[in-house]
Amino acid sequence: MSITPIDRLEFIRITAAATSVRKDTKSGVSVAPSASVTRALALRVNGEAVRLDVDTRVTLLDALREQLQLFGTKKGCDHGQCGACTVHVNGRRVLSCLTLAVMHDDDDIITVEGLERNGVLHPVQEAFIERDAFQCGYCTAGQIMSAAALLNESCGPSDDDVREQMSGNLCRCGAYPNIVAAIQSARGRA
Amino acid sequence: MHPFSYEKVTNEHEALERARLGNATFVAGGTTLVDLMKLNVEVPTALVDINGLPLNQIEDRSDGSIRIGALVRNGDLAHDSRIQSRYRVLSEAILAGASAQLRNMATTGGNLMQRTRCYYFRDPVYPCNKRQPGAGCAAMDGYNRIHAILGASDTCIATHPSDMAVALVALDASVHIRAANGERVVPITEFHLLPGDTPDRETVIRPGELITYVTLPSGPFGPRSAYVKLRDRASYEFALASAAVALQLEGTTVRSARVALGGVATKPWRALEAEQVLTGAAANKATFLNAADAALTGAVPRRHNAYKIELAKRAVVRALADALTH
Ligand SMILES: Cc1cc2nc3c(=O)[nH]c(=O)nc-3n(C[C@H](O)[C@H](O)[C@H](O)COP(=O)(O)OP(=O)(O)OC[C@H]3O[C@@H](n4cnc5c(N)ncnc54)[C@H](O)[C@@H]3O)c2cc1C
Ligand code: FES
Ligand code: FES
Repeated sequence: MSITPIDRLEFIRITAAATSVRKDTKSGVSVAPSASVTRALALRVNGEAVRLDVDTRVTLLDALREQLQLFGTKKGCDHGQCGACTVHVNGRRVLSCLTLAVMHDDDDIITVEGLERNGVLHPVQEAFIERDAFQCGYCTAGQIMSAAALLNESCGPSDDDVREQMSGNLCRCGAYPNIVAAIQSARGRA
Repeated sequence: MHPFSYEKVTNEHEALERARLGNATFVAGGTTLVDLMKLNVEVPTALVDINGLPLNQIEDRSDGSIRIGALVRNGDLAHDSRIQSRYRVLSEAILAGASAQLRNMATTGGNLMQRTRCYYFRDPVYPCNKRQPGAGCAAMDGYNRIHAILGASDTCIATHPSDMAVALVALDASVHIRAANGERVVPITEFHLLPGDTPDRETVIRPGELITYVTLPSGPFGPRSAYVKLRDRASYEFALASAAVALQLEGTTVRSARVALGGVATKPWRALEAEQVLTGAAANKATFLNAADAALTGAVPRRHNAYKIELAKRAVVRALADALTH
């Protein structure tokens, strides 16, 4: 018996395609066959100038992961409901799964890979390690990107204020107590 | 997602020109549109990106009103010091919605245009009159715990999900709309439509029309306003019931009031009956309870959402009590 080797991303692509076909058939929506549209982009990712050709349908999240091979940013839900895909665009935290790459010509993108400075971890990264603010780590890049942005936002001093400002980042492992502790400690340092 | 062309425009004229071509759709923050495109609920063939339009200012006007550009991000609006001091209910409502990341993306115009979160609308496997007129409604006799008890019709019981719009109703806001043949100004209470027989038509916006501004009149309410939102978890969740209220007092008597409800109606809901009870009455708990009863007199529950009547009443009473202490 021979098994065709297939990598994980390829498998996900095939399954995702199969799912969307199923939905279209059931709903009876007729799918007008039209060609994909590709656009050229120039942007900065983690301080480096990047040129990309993207299908207009590609989200910023998929462009980062699949075209730039920056796998630090995670895809949890792909619908804005978990925060795993949080990155900074022009200094503000946003969800990369709900924005199209083509909308970011000329923008400045920072992902978790670009948070350290000259080999020194960001205070939030340090604090997450010190306070053991993760278990499986799947939500962690999103948590860290949110927390790093929070340091520059208006946020009250209490743990409850931090929880509210961080509510857009879910953690299925429930590492919340240590995440809040890590952020409070990083705020003290920053 | 189906293929679509993409164009970024830099002035209103260009935006309106582009929007006339084919099945074009504006994209602002993208937080609702991209989500619905992934679900094949929205299938535009052309996207017109309006983020380059100069509509991202919050301006004081000489008549005391405030003009909010359609591209002002929800987070920036909520944190603006003028909004916080003079239109507190708006700041509270926005901060009660979504998450910090989403509020950084979401725009004033997009928030008004966001579509229902009814799970049957979001899943093309189910019939939905909003998605496909005449198809039927799976929510009517389905699982309708999150659905509307006010403003529903035989064709649709989906709630309007916005928190911001509920506060705008309590503040007598107006929406400025640019069309190819001119501009018009619509009171927020007339901007969203009841489902009636045409649940697919949700606002007075016609294809290709652009929201440019939302204005807030100087108004008599000052800081005495509040938003209370009740939901399944403490944050990052849509309302099951919410109330936006504003009070003008004369001593301990209510001179005028605004009461609006969210999470329970098919559009951001102004509760005129509650306002009538409040006007001229003593500002106390007994009056607030009467006002809450009045706000929900027309409520018609379905199988799973009768609990919303009591929940909405409590939201009204709490919001009025909060506004009194502001
Ligand atoms: C997980 C999640 C949770 C959320 N929770 C809440 C919540 O608790 N409370 C709440 O109120 N909202 C909530 N939202 C919804 C959010 O507020 C809206 O998605 C957002 O406000 C939409 O704005 P946008 O700029 O991103 O719109 P877009 O997605 O860009 O556009 C939405 C629609 O508006 C149209 N449009 C945009 N701008 C204009 C304009 N100027 N003129 C004409 N048409 C225009 C577009 O064509 C499109 O049809 C949530 C969203 C998500 C994904
Ligand atoms: S992957 Fe973007 S919010 Fe979940
Ligand atoms: S550490 Fe596992 S999801 Fe947060």
